[in-house]
Amino acid sequence: MKVVGIPRALLFYHYYPLWRDYFAGLGVKVVESKPTNRVILLAGLGTAVDETCLPVKVFYGHVQELKDRVDYLFVPRLVSVEKGAYICPKLLGLPDMVRHSLSNLPPLISPTINFNRRGQGLYKAILETATLLGVNPVQALYAFVRARARWRRWQALQHGGLSPMEAWAVLEGKGGGLPERKGKGLRVGVLGHPYNIYDPYINMGLLDRLREMGVSPQTAEMLPADIIAFHAGRLPKRLFWTLGQYVMGAAGHFMQGGNVDGIIHLISFGCGPDSLVGELVERRARRKGFPFLLLTLDEHSGETGLLTRLEAFVDTLQWRRGKE
Amino acid sequence: MKVTFPRMGTLDIPLKAFFTSLGIEVVVPPPISDKTISLGARHAPEFSCLPLKINVGNYLEAYEMGADTIVMAGGVGPCRFGYYAQVQREILADLGINYDMVLLEPPKGHLGETLRELWELTGRASPARIFRAGRLTWAKLKLLDEVERLTAKARCREKNEGQAGDVYRRALTWIDAAASPGEVALAGERIRRAFAGVELKDVVPLRLGLVGEIYTVLEPAANLYMERFLAKLGVEVERGIYLSDWVTSHLFLDTLRMRRGQRAVEELAKPYLGHSVGGHGLESISYSIQYARRGFAGVIHIGPLTCMPEIVAKTILPLVSKEWDIPILTLFLDEHSGEVGIQTRLEAFVEMLWARREQREKGRVSR
Repeated sequence: MKVVGIPRALLFYHYYPLWRDYFAGLGVKVVESKPTNRVILLAGLGTAVDETCLPVKVFYGHVQELKDRVDYLFVPRLVSVEKGAYICPKLLGLPDMVRHSLSNLPPLISPTINFNRRGQGLYKAILETATLLGVNPVQALYAFVRARARWRRWQALQHGGLSPMEAWAVLEGKGGGLPERKGKGLRVGVLGHPYNIYDPYINMGLLDRLREMGVSPQTAEMLPADIIAFHAGRLPKRLFWTLGQYVMGAAGHFMQGGNVDGIIHLISFGCGPDSLVGELVERRARRKGFPFLLLTLDEHSGETGLLTRLEAFVDTLQWRRGKE
Repeated sequence: MKVTFPRMGTLDIPLKAFFTSLGIEVVVPPPISDKTISLGARHAPEFSCLPLKINVGNYLEAYEMGADTIVMAGGVGPCRFGYYAQVQREILADLGINYDMVLLEPPKGHLGETLRELWELTGRASPARIFRAGRLTWAKLKLLDEVERLTAKARCREKNEGQAGDVYRRALTWIDAAASPGEVALAGERIRRAFAGVELKDVVPLRLGLVGEIYTVLEPAANLYMERFLAKLGVEVERGIYLSDWVTSHLFLDTLRMRRGQRAVEELAKPYLGHSVGGHGLESISYSIQYARRGFAGVIHIGPLTCMPEIVAKTILPLVSKEWDIPILTLFLDEHSGEVGIQTRLEAFVEMLWARREQREKGRVSR
C-alpha cells in the first residue's frame, strides 16, 4: 500500500480531516508527522532561510521528519481558497521552496488550488491527485465529497468550543467532547493562525496555561463563519488574505459584545500579513481601551518571559473585573 | 488642495508633471533622508516592510510643508503593498493628522475605474487635458529610465570621479523643467550630448544585474546608494525593473493585457517556481536566469526585510545560481541597515567576481 505523508504544520490545522479522509478514500495509507518537538524545530531552522517566518521553518522540520517513511509527501499549493483573496505569498511558493531546498525527498503531491482562476479549483486538484495515485477519478470525487462532509462536522465541533485535535478525537469516536474547565470565569480571545495557536510546542502551551489560570480561551475557530465575515467586512477595504480575515473578524467580534475580558494576539516573528493585520487590531484595541496583549513567537522565545507576561495580563483582567 | 505622494526613485518628477499640468498644486516630499526613515519607522508597524515605513516618513514631512491630500496606489495582493494605504491612513489618523487619501486601485478588468479616480481627483478635467498630461508624464518617465541607463554606463567608466553623477543631477532638473513633450525631447537630446561629454576610461567593467523588490531597487535611499558604490568598484549595474515598468504593470497595463513579456518571464522561472508569489518574487528568479544567459558576472538580489515574495525567491535562488553558474548575493534591507555593513558585503562579492573573471580569462588563454 502506498503511503502519503501529511506534515503536521501550517494549514494542516485548517484541513486535516479533509486531507486525511480524502487520501484514505483513495485507498492509500496516510501518516502525519509527529507533533512538533525540538528535533523537528532544529531540523527546520537548519534548512530554511533565516529570514522566513517560524511557521515555514517548522514546516520544513516536519517534512524532514516524514520524508524517509512515506512514498509521497502532500504539500499542496494553496493560492486562494475564496474568490478575491490569497493565503500568503510564502504558501504560494511552498512546494517550490521545499522541493528546491531539501534533498532526498519522495515525490510531492502538490496540486494548485486557486479559486481566483477558472480551471484551478478543486475538481482539477482531485483529478490530478487521482491520476498521480492511479485512482479512478469518480472514486476520487466520491472520496472528496465524503471527506468534505466530515471536515464540515469537524469545523462544527470546533464552533462548539473544541480545539482541532479534540474535535478530531470526537470525530473518531475517541474523545468525550468538552473537557471540564473550572475557572474564575475569565474569558480571553486568542487571535492568531491555527498553526501557532494549536501547536503547543511552538507557543509553549499557551492554551493550557490559560486554562490552568482559570481562563477560558476563545478562538476564531470557535466562531461561526458569518460572524467572522461580518466583522471582517467592516474594514474600509477588504483584506486580501483569508487568514487575516479570520483574525480581523474574530477581533471585531471580541471587541464588540463578544463576551471576552481581553485579547491575546499570538503572531510569529516575520509574519508579513500579520505585521499589518496585527497593527490594525492593536490600534482598534488601543482606541477602545480594550485589554490587549501581543505575543510574538520566534525560535528564541523563552518560556519564563511568556509566562510572566501572561500572568501579568490575566492579573490585569481580574483587577478590571473586580473594579466593575 | 495640495497633493503629495510617496517618493520612489525619480517618480516624483513625472507625478509632479502630471498633477501640475492638470492645475493641481503639488507638494513633493523632501528627498528621503535618515530623518525621513527614522520618522517613518517610529510610527509604522515594527515588522512591516521598509517601503511602508518610508512612505509614512514622506507623508509626515510633506504635511509639514502644507500638503493635505495623499495620492497613493493600491493593490489586490498577495503582496502587502496593496494594503499599505489602509494601514497608513490609520497611522496618520491616530497621530491626529488630517489628510485626505485618494487611492488608485488597480482596476479589475477595465481601465475605466483608474481613469475615473483620476478624473474625480482632477476636478473632472476634460479628457483631452488628461490625455495631454498623461503624454507629458509618459515622455518624462521614458526619458528618466534612459537617464538611469546612461548613468550606469558612464559612472563605472568615468575618468573623473563624480562627472557622471553631475550630469545625472543636471539631467533630472532639465527633465523636471520640461513643460511639453517637445521640450522633453529637447531635454533628451541635451542629456545625450552631456553624457557623450563624460570622459571614459577604456575598461571592461563587470556587469551585474540588480533584481528584487521594486522599491528597494528604484529608491537609492532604501538600498543605501548601492549602485553608486558599485560603480566605484568598476561595476556596471543593470536593473531588472525600471520606473516605467512599474507604472505600466501597476496602474494600467495589467488590465489591457499588454504585458507581452510576462508569459516569457513566467516560462523561464517555471522549473524553479511554478506560480507567481506576488510582488516581484517570480521576476527575481526569471531575471537572474536572463542575466546568466546574457553572460553577466553576477546578480545582486535585494528586498525589504520580511518581504514575503523575496523570501520565496531567496530560498530558490541558490539553485538557480548553481544550475546557471552565476553568483547571486541576496541582501535584505531595513531601517537598521548600515551603509558600511552593506558596502563590506558588496565589496567582498565584487572582489570574488573579479577573481572569477580573471580565472576564467586565464583558463581561456591556456586552453
